[in-house]
Amino acid sequence: MHRIVRIASWIYALAVYGFIFLPVVVLVLFSLQSTSFPIPPFTGPSLRWYEAVLSDRRLTSALVNSLSVAVLSSATAVTLSFLSAWGFARFVLPGSGLLRGLITLPLTVSYLIIGMGLLVLFNWAGVPKSLLAAGIGHVVINLPLCFAIIYSQMGDHQINIERAARDLGAPEWKVLLLISVPVMAPAIFAGFFLSMTFSWDEFVISFLLTRFDTTLPVEIWNLLRSGLNPKTNAVGSLVFAVSIVLVVFFELTLLRRKPA
Amino acid sequence: MNAPLVDIRDVSHRFGQHPVLKSVSLTIETGSYTILLGPSGSGKTTLLSILGGFVNPSEGKVLIRGQDCTFVPPAKRPTTTVFQDYALFPHMSVGGNVGFGLRMQGVDGATRAAKAREALALVGLAAAFDKKPHHLSGGQRQRVALARALVIEPAVLLLDEPLGALDLKLRRQMQDELKAIQKRVGTAFIHVTHDQEEAMALADHCVVMNDGRIEDEGPPERVYARPATRFSATFMGESTILAGTVVETGDRTSTVATPVGPVLLPSALPLGSAAALAIRPEHLVLGTTSGGTKLGKADVSDVVFQGSFKRMLATSVEEPSLQFIAKLPATATVRPGDTVAISCDTDQIILLAD
Repeated sequence: MHRIVRIASWIYALAVYGFIFLPVVVLVLFSLQSTSFPIPPFTGPSLRWYEAVLSDRRLTSALVNSLSVAVLSSATAVTLSFLSAWGFARFVLPGSGLLRGLITLPLTVSYLIIGMGLLVLFNWAGVPKSLLAAGIGHVVINLPLCFAIIYSQMGDHQINIERAARDLGAPEWKVLLLISVPVMAPAIFAGFFLSMTFSWDEFVISFLLTRFDTTLPVEIWNLLRSGLNPKTNAVGSLVFAVSIVLVVFFELTLLRRKPA
Repeated sequence: MNAPLVDIRDVSHRFGQHPVLKSVSLTIETGSYTILLGPSGSGKTTLLSILGGFVNPSEGKVLIRGQDCTFVPPAKRPTTTVFQDYALFPHMSVGGNVGFGLRMQGVDGATRAAKAREALALVGLAAAFDKKPHHLSGGQRQRVALARALVIEPAVLLLDEPLGALDLKLRRQMQDELKAIQKRVGTAFIHVTHDQEEAMALADHCVVMNDGRIEDEGPPERVYARPATRFSATFMGESTILAGTVVETGDRTSTVATPVGPVLLPSALPLGSAAALAIRPEHLVLGTTSGGTKLGKADVSDVVFQGSFKRMLATSVEEPSLQFIAKLPATATVRPGDTVAISCDTDQIILLAD
């Protein structure tokens, strides 16, 4: 009886993880295909499709675009959310709870709605479709998340540390730069990497807000319109690899605590 | 010309509707060690925060070196604070922590390091310069916080329950060191605590606070021997408190009728007024002594052997609400359940202002 339960639970676990990871495994496996179709039988391994990706100008420039949008929008989101979290944590503001709720509210709104809203707004304001517009969109979706992470880590125990710095003669901007930011560094980096991850493979907003220069997910979508091909698998695997690296960084910075 | 270092004038403070300080005035002399002693909620920490500039008082003024500092921010006043939780900068080395104040003053790196090392040597932590705060023990962090606050040579050093987080043995050891360091640097220390032993051991000037007011202040010897109020008689050490009424007044004497018998006091009091008397445990004597004041009989409820003495609790036979606290010689043979006669030396009876 005991054994049956054990075996059943193993099967269950395998099924769950298989369900989650099988698509990715198939994607990565057939990116190593040596023939022209990503369908069985597996003919690889071969790196020819990776070579093809890296020698494709459009794909490499989209990759660079995606990276710069991710880095710059995440940096902006994290800066703005740190400042607002600090303000909420350190000062008594009228309607503080309501305002905090409003900041995190976009988390519940779909990217499609945010993208359309920005499209209408930018149209009206005369901002052309561009990487900048997509970057602003990514700040909008990532700021609430960074805010939630940073605010949750901003405890009262840092108040006395900031007071001590002020007491020793530090002006307010130095308190922020030399004390609050370094003390909050784990949460700040966690917010940064998580928002990089989301920006990196975000499609809808980039699709709506960019035109000629575009990001990698939009470029992959363009590629897919001409049918399946191991090249799309290769570029997909690259996107996945970068996401993994970012998530690992996120986990390391947020979850690994230094001994107090 | 001879203005006090710190002059607190009629300072009141409210948190919302709740008054925490009620018109407190206090002066601090250069080079003195002042202890603010009181239970939690007595306003002592608020007073310290007002001195440090972290709280702006609702009313009153704070003058430091003759200058009005009431609303001067902490960064700009000649005070530094040692926080209860030490508030060390966790991401900086010990040297970086101690040098921080000098860095803010624009002192160059080499001078800063030299002065930080000097300050660390002063608190006995010369070897810790490159360590991170989380590698240090509680007592060591305490010293780093002290060095960090002292290195910028403040006029007044404020200490908020600095020994509160340490275990008893370490507390007594740090207490001696604090006193030694204070004498060496000559900076005025203002130290908040609720530990009366700490207060008696450290203070040049002891300020007893209760309910937002100063109950009593002066040298600890005086505050202990002649407490001004009932609160200070019970908070700074223990006392047996006798309540009575003045029934007879002479030229320089009065007689107070108490539940345990008449007590003759060497001062003239208004006839018919209520009087509260305090007697320190070491002044109560078992049996009747000639020339002493008899305090009736009492049932011994508890005797605790404390090494060099025995602490006895006894309830008065004449007045069951009256509790005697006595410190007896270690050789005393009294046991719980005994009924004993109690008396005391008349000179040692303290008249409380109440």
